[in-house]
Amino acid sequence: MGQITLKDITKSFDDTQVIPPLNLDIKDGEFVVFVGPSGCGKSTLLRLIAGLEDVSSGDIVIDGNDATHAAPSERGLAMVFQSYALYPHMSVRKNIAFPLKMAGLDKDKIDEKVSGAAEVLNLTDYLERRPGQLSGGQRQRVAIGRAIVREPAAFLFDEPLSNLDAALRVNMRSEIIDLHHQLKTTMVYVTHDQVEAMTMADKIVVLNAGVIEQVGSPLELYHSPKSRFVAGFIGSPKMNFIPGTANNDAAFEIGVRPEHLLVVTEGGEFRGKVASAEHLGSDTFVRVDVPGVGEVNARVNGDIDVNYGDEVGLQINGPVYRFDEDGLAI
Amino acid sequence: MARQQTISNKLVWTVLAWILGATIFFPILWTVLTSFKTEAQAISIPPVMFDFDWTFENYETVQERSNYSRHFWNSVVISVGSTLLGLLIAVPAAWAMAFVPGKRTKDVLMWMLSTKMMPAVGVMIPIYLMVQSAGLLDSKTALVIIMMLVNLPIIIWMLYTYFKEIPGDILEAARMDGASLKNEIIYVLTPMAVPGIASTMLLNVILAWNEAFWTLNLTAAKAAPLTAFIASYSSPEGLFYAKLSAASTMAIAPILIMGWFSQKQLVRGLTFGAVK
Amino acid sequence: MATTHSKAAARLMIAPSVVLLLLWMIVPLGLTIYFSFLKYNLLKPGTEWFGFKNYYYFLTDPSFVEALANTFYLVGGVIFITIVGGVLFGLLLNKDFWGRGIVRLMVIAPFFIMPTVSALVWKNMFMNPVNGLFAYAANLIGAEPIDFLAHFPLASITGIVAWQWLPFATLILLTALQSLDQEQMEAAEMDGASPWSRFWYITLPHLARPITVVILIETIFLLGVFAEILVTTNGGPGAASTTLTYIIYRVARLGFDAGGGAAGGVVAVILANIVAIFLMRMIGKNLDK
Repeated sequence: MGQITLKDITKSFDDTQVIPPLNLDIKDGEFVVFVGPSGCGKSTLLRLIAGLEDVSSGDIVIDGNDATHAAPSERGLAMVFQSYALYPHMSVRKNIAFPLKMAGLDKDKIDEKVSGAAEVLNLTDYLERRPGQLSGGQRQRVAIGRAIVREPAAFLFDEPLSNLDAALRVNMRSEIIDLHHQLKTTMVYVTHDQVEAMTMADKIVVLNAGVIEQVGSPLELYHSPKSRFVAGFIGSPKMNFIPGTANNDAAFEIGVRPEHLLVVTEGGEFRGKVASAEHLGSDTFVRVDVPGVGEVNARVNGDIDVNYGDEVGLQINGPVYRFDEDGLAI
Repeated sequence: MARQQTISNKLVWTVLAWILGATIFFPILWTVLTSFKTEAQAISIPPVMFDFDWTFENYETVQERSNYSRHFWNSVVISVGSTLLGLLIAVPAAWAMAFVPGKRTKDVLMWMLSTKMMPAVGVMIPIYLMVQSAGLLDSKTALVIIMMLVNLPIIIWMLYTYFKEIPGDILEAARMDGASLKNEIIYVLTPMAVPGIASTMLLNVILAWNEAFWTLNLTAAKAAPLTAFIASYSSPEGLFYAKLSAASTMAIAPILIMGWFSQKQLVRGLTFGAVK
Repeated sequence: MATTHSKAAARLMIAPSVVLLLLWMIVPLGLTIYFSFLKYNLLKPGTEWFGFKNYYYFLTDPSFVEALANTFYLVGGVIFITIVGGVLFGLLLNKDFWGRGIVRLMVIAPFFIMPTVSALVWKNMFMNPVNGLFAYAANLIGAEPIDFLAHFPLASITGIVAWQWLPFATLILLTALQSLDQEQMEAAEMDGASPWSRFWYITLPHLARPITVVILIETIFLLGVFAEILVTTNGGPGAASTTLTYIIYRVARLGFDAGGGAAGGVVAVILANIVAIFLMRMIGKNLDK
């Protein structure tokens, strides 16, 4: 079981409130991703769930039990830290065994579980090494190993992939997804990378300045963002924002995703000069300098023949999102 | 470095570096060698480097005439005692400041360091009179306490810079892993803190061993450590080079060896972490 | 991590250190200031109010001015020798050569020698005009042996102290050199910088901070140089090698004038504090990083 409910929780450091009253339900077995720019409070929220920070007010309920004031170790959660936080003076085996040893399991049982986890994570050959002798990806696996042997109610991940290089990050991403399918345990995952959020999550929680902007599945957020912030954060390349007046629209601002624009030679809603055209083969990213609007990005098919300096038109070929002065979707 | 240094270049640097090292080390080497000579060989002209009849008689004479081992023991008690006492007081303080920093932690640390800047002569008279009125002149007790106070700021600072480097994440990980406070201290904190505590201890034993203001001013015959004992050789025994060398060699050997072991930690310790 | 409970515990853990250091600093210093206004001879019972006369006598004593100048020459001389030597030796030891570990041990060794030992070894076995090695060397080249401590007492003591502190400067500057970014050096080389301009524009600025640290820390320790003077020259001949520390010792312990010594002590504390302020700023800046 791994059901987590946050009821009206707040967190203040000294006089600064970093998290205003916040409510959230995490269902058992769900993969939930907290995403947002740095300083949005996503890591603080995770640490509140972990019990590494005390909430200023509100309740945290884990599997029906009030865990608001429970010590971190009593919550039955496991955490994977950004820095991995491996014990440098212990071998990989001892690192993974540590939570079991703390739980007072007998030696045979510990050995069995550690070998099991090592096998799942391809660490069997490295069990006697120290963390200092491992690569970044291997350290990451050890940190995950230390988390899974406890069979926790939920896993908490604090930006676990941000210290890895790009290729390894993609690999580890799939490994964590596979792990979730295999264990079916609740996972709460913090990242600032919307691609990670989109690819991994069952449910994404978009945070901005401590406030939940929107909660939903990846596609819900993509198709119907509730605010300009969510619209701009989810999707790559970023949505174009254009003053409503430029398109004869009553809305304060409109948003068009780059993939919902066509580059045409004649006509189109906006016209301008091509500032750059990046030919990736599969797609072409075209940046057009539209007078009175600014730069507008379009993502079009790979074989289009546009080049720097061409005069082109942009034609809207998909949904137009409309926002009011407060950045809320209309 | 990707570039290959040519062998001849390396040879030149090797020769220069060894000349430098040998020159700087020569007075120590000469003292050690002289301690094994007879008094006549010690001042023979031309001086002899290695080609003499090695003898231990100087060491025996020094011990017989002046009860050398008592002074040695005094040095051990004062330097190790003051360091252990200092650690006892400093470890909790450095610990608290490193892991539970408050708004004024930095100010407290700077203030502690500032007490180290106070010149010893500035407080010599009152300290002397206080020690005298407590009946502790020429006692190891007084020196253990004073040496502890003199070095306490350095001990706290060194420990603080070491503790500061233990990542907070790891302590949190231990707590997530279900370690109680006791287990956190036994299995995670202590193993990570011990190297820092050990090198702090080593460096402070060295500093206390070689301290020569308070030891010279507050001791006479009974509690004099080696610094004061050697000072008594300034005249006229100092003209007996072989015996002076034997006494000196015994006084510096243990600390030189400790110093060599601690040299890697020396820089950060003595610059309070400003140079690593 | 920081909860109210742990903060209270932290204060309790810091308290003994703070209290001890507070007592150690305030009580003797307060007494020193008090004594400095008294006519107080350790051999005669009783004290009487003396106003600023102790300061007047101490500051107008001709040997005070000499001691101040001597202190300046000693501290300045040792710092100059150790910085210049330390940079050169640091650069040399930073090269790739055979036996680095052993040479390093040899170079650092003098720092661990207790002051009384190094002073006596230099005084007797090297600088002695009859049996010292320097006298032997002088005879060898047909020169008249020099009685260093009689004719150049301050310079000789400066030399001895510099020998003790050279390893410290070398080690710190070597450590700093090792942290110098090699790519930066290679970039400068690509930019056509000669070895000399690389040293002047890259290495030396990189060493500016450690050099300042060395200067400040050495100043603190060198202002207190005592044993080396005591066992070599006793401050003489005359007051030729008497420093501020030593003159206070002489007034208070040999002249039994506690009041005069205390006044000198206050002067020394004030001078040391001027230096200390700069040092604290340096280290304080480092804390912020």
